[in-house]
Amino acid sequence: MAEKTKSLQAKEKRGPISEAEQIVQGPTFTPEVDIFETDGEIVVVADMPGVKAENLDIDLRENTLTLAGKALSPEGPDEVDILKEYQTGTYFRQFTLSEMINQPEIDAKMTDGVLRLTLPKIKPATPRKITIKAV
Amino acid sequence: MIIRNTLGNLPRLRWNDTFEELERMKQEMERLYQYPAMKIFREPAAGVFPAINITEETDNYYVRAELPGIKADDLELSIANNTLTIEGERKSDPENENTKYHRREREAGRFSRKITLPAQVDASKTDAKCNDGLLTIVIPKAESAKPKKITITAL
Repeated sequence: MAEKTKSLQAKEKRGPISEAEQIVQGPTFTPEVDIFETDGEIVVVADMPGVKAENLDIDLRENTLTLAGKALSPEGPDEVDILKEYQTGTYFRQFTLSEMINQPEIDAKMTDGVLRLTLPKIKPATPRKITIKAV
Repeated sequence: MIIRNTLGNLPRLRWNDTFEELERMKQEMERLYQYPAMKIFREPAAGVFPAINITEETDNYYVRAELPGIKADDLELSIANNTLTIEGERKSDPENENTKYHRREREAGRFSRKITLPAQVDASKTDAKCNDGLLTIVIPKAESAKPKKITITAL
């Protein structure tokens, strides 16, 4: 790679963005996301380390996309903390989508703690040019 | 107090116990702050990636780090003189010219972190795995660092 790769900095996990009160047990974090769009689809990529596929909820209703994933504490019962720089808890984030999404075609994949959600757009009706024939 | 007395069978709370409990809590807090590592309790150490949790058991140390999207191949671990080194690179997704980004929060780049473990370890039996973006390294303590039970012989 020609360009110099930058070195990563550790950041404190971000708390919830929404003002709504949380009734989830334990700490809640805002996962970091990439969202990009191509002609046919919107792709949401979210970092949710420690979240297993079965503990992840994805919900789309009335243009609001909700991601909620619970990371269970991996520590055994006999383990004693020596150093604790991060906490585990629930990742939660909501987005409002402007495009119409083809719901049955939504695809979600969880690999190495990264969620990749593909939301295909409903194709708009192709404009049809009407030619008027001169009689 | 009245309830406790009427229940009869329950152990009674004496003034003494209350102060003992406070003293115990005070000692616990002091113990926490004595650990060199505890000075950076709950905040990333000078922003060095990745953030790390260390726990211990009778026989092992557990070092954990959240590394979403990092495959085992992108990671390099080594232990020398009780110092664990975690190095690697988080790669970014290849960009496509046709894509339009709305959010770009996930970062990519190289990282390297060294952690000195609190006691002698048996580096040869270290076990590491990476599941769901969570790296877990199990490092057995050296025999000399394990707690020993001392039997008292009656004369």
